[in-house]
This record gives sequence, C-alpha cells and structure tokens, in this order.
Amino acid sequence: MQYFTNHKWVQFIALVAIFFVLVMAIDPTSGSNLWRLQENIFWHLPNILNDGLKYLINDFWVVNVYDIELDLTEKSTIIKEFTHSISGAVLFCINLIRELLLGGVKTVVTFTSWDFVSDNEWARIPALPWTAVASGAFLLGHYLGGRKLSMLAGTSIIYIAVFGQWTPAMQTLSFVLVAVPLSVFIGLVMGIFAYKSKVFESILTPLLNVAQSMPHFSYLIPVVVFFGIGDHAGAISTVIFATPPMIRLTILGLKKVSPEVLEAGLMSGCNPRQLMFKVLIPTARHDILIGVNQVIMQCLAMAVIASFIGAKGLGYNLLVSLNMLNIGAALELGVSIVLIAIVLDKLSLAWANKQTNYFANLPFHLHYKYSLAFIGILIATSVLAYSASVFFPDKPNYLYIISKAQGLTTQSFWDTIVDWIITNTYQSVQSFNFFMTASILMPIKAAYLSMPVAATLFLVAGIGYLVGGLRSAIVVTMFIGFIALTPWWDRALITAYMVTFSVVTSVIIGCSVGVLCSRNPRATKVILLVCDTFQTFPSFVYLIPVIMLFGVSDLSVLIAVIVYATIPATRYTVEGLRNVPQPLQEAASMSGLNQIQRLLHVELPLAFPHIMLGINQTVIFSLFMVIIGAFIGTDDLGQLIMQSLSKANGMGQGILLGLCVAFIGLAVDHLIHTWSNQRKKALGIA
Amino acid sequence: MNFLKKLATAAAVSSLVLGASIVQADSKEPIIIPTHNWTSQITMAYVIGGIFESIGDNVSYVPADSQAVYESVRNGDITIANEIWQSTFGKSFNNALDAGGIIDVGNHAAVTKEEWWYPAYVGKLCPGLPSWKALNDCSALFATAGSGGKGRYLDGPMDWHGQETLDRIKALNMNFTAKFAGSSGAIWAELASAKKDNRAVVVFNWSPNFTDAGTGGSFVEFPPYTEGCKIADGGDGKCGSPPAGWLKKAAYYQMPKKWPTAYKIFNNISFTKGQIGNMAALVDVDGLSHQEAAKKWLADNEAVWKRWL
Repeated sequence: MQYFTNHKWVQFIALVAIFFVLVMAIDPTSGSNLWRLQENIFWHLPNILNDGLKYLINDFWVVNVYDIELDLTEKSTIIKEFTHSISGAVLFCINLIRELLLGGVKTVVTFTSWDFVSDNEWARIPALPWTAVASGAFLLGHYLGGRKLSMLAGTSIIYIAVFGQWTPAMQTLSFVLVAVPLSVFIGLVMGIFAYKSKVFESILTPLLNVAQSMPHFSYLIPVVVFFGIGDHAGAISTVIFATPPMIRLTILGLKKVSPEVLEAGLMSGCNPRQLMFKVLIPTARHDILIGVNQVIMQCLAMAVIASFIGAKGLGYNLLVSLNMLNIGAALELGVSIVLIAIVLDKLSLAWANKQTNYFANLPFHLHYKYSLAFIGILIATSVLAYSASVFFPDKPNYLYIISKAQGLTTQSFWDTIVDWIITNTYQSVQSFNFFMTASILMPIKAAYLSMPVAATLFLVAGIGYLVGGLRSAIVVTMFIGFIALTPWWDRALITAYMVTFSVVTSVIIGCSVGVLCSRNPRATKVILLVCDTFQTFPSFVYLIPVIMLFGVSDLSVLIAVIVYATIPATRYTVEGLRNVPQPLQEAASMSGLNQIQRLLHVELPLAFPHIMLGINQTVIFSLFMVIIGAFIGTDDLGQLIMQSLSKANGMGQGILLGLCVAFIGLAVDHLIHTWSNQRKKALGIA
Repeated sequence: MNFLKKLATAAAVSSLVLGASIVQADSKEPIIIPTHNWTSQITMAYVIGGIFESIGDNVSYVPADSQAVYESVRNGDITIANEIWQSTFGKSFNNALDAGGIIDVGNHAAVTKEEWWYPAYVGKLCPGLPSWKALNDCSALFATAGSGGKGRYLDGPMDWHGQETLDRIKALNMNFTAKFAGSSGAIWAELASAKKDNRAVVVFNWSPNFTDAGTGGSFVEFPPYTEGCKIADGGDGKCGSPPAGWLKKAAYYQMPKKWPTAYKIFNNISFTKGQIGNMAALVDVDGLSHQEAAKKWLADNEAVWKRWL
C-alpha cells in the first residue's frame, strides 16, 4: 500500500487499467448516459446564445436614428450605434494610412461627402510612388538600427514592389499598422490594470485563456454581426486574437520588476504615474517587447483569416490563388507576408531600444537630417514618376507602381516543382497513404470513438488528481464535462484523435531536431530563424499541396497540422537546452560525463519544464490547424464550425463549438502547466 | 459636412417638387459589392461595378466569405450579391430572406447544373459512362485509401447538400461512399492531382464553371429528376439533381430607395451561361487579372450591357 501511495506511476497504471475496464463494461448499444449523454437542456444553448446576441444587437435599448440622405427615421439600438462608431473610427484610421500609401478618396469623404468628391476630381489623396516608400524604408531602418536594418527594410520593400504585389501588400500593411498599435495599446492598458488590481487579474485570466485557444473561425460571424464587414472587421477580429499575449507579457514583465527598483523610484519621489511610466515599464521592457513581437506575428498570421470578413490585401489574394491552385503565386504572397512581419518586428524592436541622445545639441539640418532627406527623396521620386508618365504616356510607369502583370514572378518555377513532385512521387506516396490510413489512422480513430463519456471523464479526473491534486481534477473534469454535455462528443473525440496523433509526431520530430541543432550555435541560430519564418508563413498554403499528394483525407490534414505544430516543439527545445546554466554544464563535464551523458542526465532534465511548455504550445497550434483542416475536409468539430458560417443559429453554435475546442486546449494546458511548475520547483529553477 | 449634406437634401427635395417625373438621382455613396473566392464571381462583381460606374455611381469592393455574406447584405454593410447558387448557397440565402432585410432581385438567364461529374479521360477508363449504372460497375476504379474498398465520390462541403448525397447513394444502392471536401479549392486540388496521374475520380461539380473549358468532362446521368422525388421532399430518392437550378441576384432592401437607377439596372442584369464562362476564361485561361478581365469584357460586350441601362 505504501508503495502504491508513494509511486505515481503505479497509480497511473491502475487508473488506466480501470479506464479500460470501464470502456469494456459500458455497452455502446444501451444508449445510456454512461455511453453518451442523452439530449439535455444544454443542447438548447446554441439557440439561447444566438437569440441573446441577436436581441442585444437588434432589440435592446432601441433608439431612433435619422438618415439625412433618405430623409427617414430608422430604428437602431444603442449597441449597434456604439459598435458601428468603433468600426467607423477603426476604418478611418485604416483608410487614412492606406490612402497615404495608395491614394484614394475615402479620407476626404469623411470630412466632406461623396457628392463633393464625385463633383471635384481633384479632391483625392494621390498615391506615393513605390520608390519613395522604399527609400523611406531604407532611411527609417538606418535611423533606427543602422546599416543592417536599413538593408533589410529597404530590400524587403523592393522585393514586394518588383514582384508586383504593391497594392495588396500596402493594403495589408495599412491594416496591420492599425491592428498592431491598437493591440499593443489595449494590451498595455489591460496589463497595467491587471497588475494593479488582483480582482481584475483574476477575472481577466480565464478570459485570456479562452481568447487565446478559441479557433478564429468561431468568432468571425459575431464580429460581422456586431461590427459589420470590411477591413475594420478584419482588424477587430485580429485585435481579439493578438491582444492576449500582449496582456500576459505585460503582467509578467511588471511582476518581475525587482522591489529594489520600485523602492528606488519611490525614494526619488515618483508619483504613481511617474512610477509606472518612468520606472516600471522601462524596467519591464524586455518582456513587453516580446509581447509586441508576438502581436506583430499574430496580426500577420491573421491576414488570411481576416479576409473572410472583408480585409483586403495579401491574405485575400492568397486565398484566391489557392482556390485557383496557383501554388506559386500563393507562395510569393506568403513570402511577402513574412517579410512584412520581420521588417515590422525588427523596426519596432530597434525603435523601443533606441536611446534618446539628451546631450546632442545639433543644428537644425543635422537634427532633422532624416526627415529632410525623406522630403528630398519624396520630391525627387514624385518628379521622376510624374515626368516618366509625361514622356512615356502609353507605357506602364515602373517608377510609380508595378502592377501584378508587369512584376517579376517565379510562379512557373514553383508550379514546375510541385508538378514534378506529384508526378514522380505519387506511387510511393500512395502506398504510404494506404498503409497509414488503413493500418494506423482508421484503427486509432475507431478506438477514440469507442470511448464512453463516463470512462473518459473518470480518466481525465484521475490524471488531473495525479498531476495537481483535487483542484486540478475538478478543473479538467469541468472542461471535458462541458463538451460531454453538448451534442458534439463524437466530433470532439475525432478532434482529439487528430490532435493526439499530430502532437505525438510533432513532438518526436521537433524535439529531435531541436536537440540536434542545439549542439551547434550556428545551427541554433538557423533553426530559430526557420521557426520564426514558418510561424508567420500562412498555414493555408500547405493545404493545397497536401491534397494533391494525399487526396482529401485525414492524412492530408494531419500532415498539414504536423508541419505547422512542429515549430513550437522545435523552438522550445532549442531554447530550453540553450538556457541550461553554463556552470552546471561545466560541472557535469568536470565530473567526467561525456557529451551524450551530459545531454541525457543534465541538460535534458533541466530543460524539461521548458520543453513541456513547448509541447503545450504544440497542442494549441495543432488544435488551431486541425480546425483549419476543415478546408480540406474533416468530420470533427472544425467541420461544424465551418458550417456555422451558413446556419441560422450560426453565431451561438460557432461560439459554443469554439469553446469546446478551447476547453480541450485548456484542459491540456492546465495539466502541463501544473506539472511543469512542480518540476521547476523540484529542480530549483522556478 | 453637415451643411453639404443639408444642401444635397434640399436639392433632392426641390427636384422632387419641381418635377415628379424626374427620377431621383442615385446616392453618391459607394455601392458595396462583395468578392468571394472563385473567378466568375469576382470578375462578374467587377463587371457589374463597371456598369454602375458608367452611370456615375461610386462603387467599392469588399472580400467576403460566400456563406457569411448574406448576413452582411441584410445589415446593409454590403449592397448586392451577384451569384447565388441554388444548391450551394440556397440555404444561407433563404435563412437571410426569412430574417428580413434582403430582397430577391431575380434570376440570371444562366441555368445551373450541379451534379456528380468526371473529367473527360475518366470516360475512357470506365466505358459506359455517363450512366450511373456504369459508374457503379466501375466503383473499384474510384476506391481510395479511406473508402474501405468502395468507390469514393468527393462531394462539396457537408452543409451544401450532404444529406441528399447520402440519401441518393443509399436509395440507388450504390457501391460508393461520399467524402465531403472542406472547400471548393479542395475539389480542384484533387482533380488536378488525379489528372496528372490519369486516375479515376468522380467529384461534385457545377456548370457554368471553369471546368467547362479545355478538355472538360461530363456529368453523370442519374434517373431524371421529378418534382418531389427527393427523400427530403417525401420521394424515394432515386433521382438526380434538378436539370436547371437557379442563379440568383439579391440586394439590400434600401437599395431601391438609395440607388434607384442602379437598382433598376441590377434588376435588368442577367448573364447567360456563355457570358459567365467567358468572364471566367479571361482570367483562368488568358491569365488577366480580375479587374482587367472585367474591363475587357465590358469593352467587348457593350451591346449586351448597354441594353440593361
């Protein structure tokens, strides 16, 4: 007995044994609640939620709004007016930036009217020549970060222009330039409030958890109903997705500020505001900047999905190209998205780290040399572009804008490669496909589907108890119990099967690659860069090639998921191993351990908690990608989320399905976090 | 801004007073046209936009999901919907009609066909096609890894008409299983890959579509459709899809008031199958961008669309 209570693994085996006995004992044909919960009051929840939201937007607090143009009074609601004014403000900002870059009339319209602009041809903002924007990027890069950054920013812009993606790229840029500052600002403010008020933090944390693990598709329709469709709706859904990591990292950073720094600030006579903005935030800068980096990555990762509800730009073009099976074009668009992400990330980092030179007392022309240079370039490039259009009126003006048809392209190259792969590997791929589907995937799926509700809840509660005691047991059982109450238990099991398979595979691949690469500093750098690139690279691009190889099947979905979910597993393994304290490594070497022994007995155990966080991320990434896999064709929760886009009660159903997906993620997240924290304490590296 | 608006209202009111016969002018606010993710719809959106612009109206385009778009038309965020397919979007569209705020602006001249379809080369692999019985006899050719020995029919997303497909397979006792693709893109990818390999596939497809061009393919011939033959309508389910489905247009309910002229034109607009195929081919075959294709179409077919003004 003593042996049993002292050894968790024995308890775990006992738990699994009881689980299997329960699975055997519960008869699927009986139709009892032990097998699947029967129809209950929770099944009405989608309709109730849907009606509630509809009531809120259509019937709650009705006000009269007068339409000047049509001369009639219309009924509206206070919520609708409120959300529409937010939409208007966001849209104005996006249009302003967009029209500064690309030209247009909408900004002018805001201050006049459509009639005015239609009557006055001159009343429009002219587009900047791309050459001006590119030189601006060179200058800005140089100003913020020196020559290296200047080259990066400038050449990226030139790439985009030369490949004929100017218009969509600037549309995406204008949308991102609004979404990123908005997310950073909201994230900072909420983070500061949460830091100051424990109550607020405890309310915020579960909301953040859900927002971060809910698939984006489930809140697209609510956003459309409340905010309308268009670039602003895309930006708003992006903000919902991108703000949580910013809040988290702000709280984390502020909490890490050491009391000595805080007291030094107080002793210097700071008032609370000065303390926050002059002491705390600058000290917490490192974590806050990681937050900004995350926001930028998330915003560009949303570029494709935001186009479902009206965001113009690279994401939309990418979707259209994919639908036309234009993989080469989609790849080029994807590269542009990654470039914008990297340039914005590096520029914002350099900007935040730039020290103000308080001692410089420079004459006007030196102080403003960058601004002056830009004005000069702007005039020069405009004159050049204008004169080119005067001298060669019939030719396309390459100095002004390079359109898609005139740009360079490597499409045919990529298409040939894809062609070659498909024609030459099809036979071998096909036998692999048959083997995987028939001998591995179908049996796993059948096994998952044979899990009764009662046995599964018992297993989950037991694991929770073993990992984190009674509290964890209750938390995870509630998460999974919620799914059991919905009509979607079978669907959730299919999602779980796909996620389990892809997580196991991703972790095996990711950890092995991570361990190998962490042996060599250069390889480490390369692999981290690869991870960064693939994280922003729109995952939609993988969908079409995998279908061409593996058909519309579960295997296609899983391969796309594995490609995407291996990123965090690799990244966290590399980081975990790299951060093992140097003295410990040396101590191990001095004790006579060889490389392999050191890795197995010192580095891996110490890095393990961090690697577990990577596995946690792998689970979240897989869940997201499995849901996107619905575009290939699945029969899990994701398929229903896609369907909710067209259903009458779609809003409620979409949100609840999203919650089911989020709860799977959160249950795993809770277990891993609890366990990893315990390990960290035990290893003394908390 | 307010002053100008008042002025415009005053002008509008006085014009009404001066002569009731003068039709009130269209608002200068842009008519918002959605673009989805298939060629013919996008090109047609730009064509219709071009027609509206030719009478001096402002137009703007917004990308939107093809299922979610009706909710936005209802709310007035989008003004028109130009390609509503009976079997794929009929449900979403009817839901929106029930909820109110959207008006049915009639059908295009083009009738649509939506049915099981195979590319031309499959006809050689399975002689006897397009009869469904011949298809059923060749079912082994269409087997895939996940189909468990039966033939596999790749249908569109489950919510398009999934139940009907399953009903039909059962009613006709076919040796086939249905796999539901998640998007039209998935169907095209499967088709392209099968073609490279000369592999037999049968998928859900429709016409007019870009697949009409080139070597093309044919629809499978099922027992003919009769009113009420589907299981959902109380029949025995042993029949194919209706031979002529509708392709509708819809608009926001305030469009007739706000853009009366444009609404009248939109009401008249009616594209034929050939015209829609032609628009798609300008992009898919000739490689123009959607906007350029629309411009070219408008220039080449002035006689067609000037009639609608």
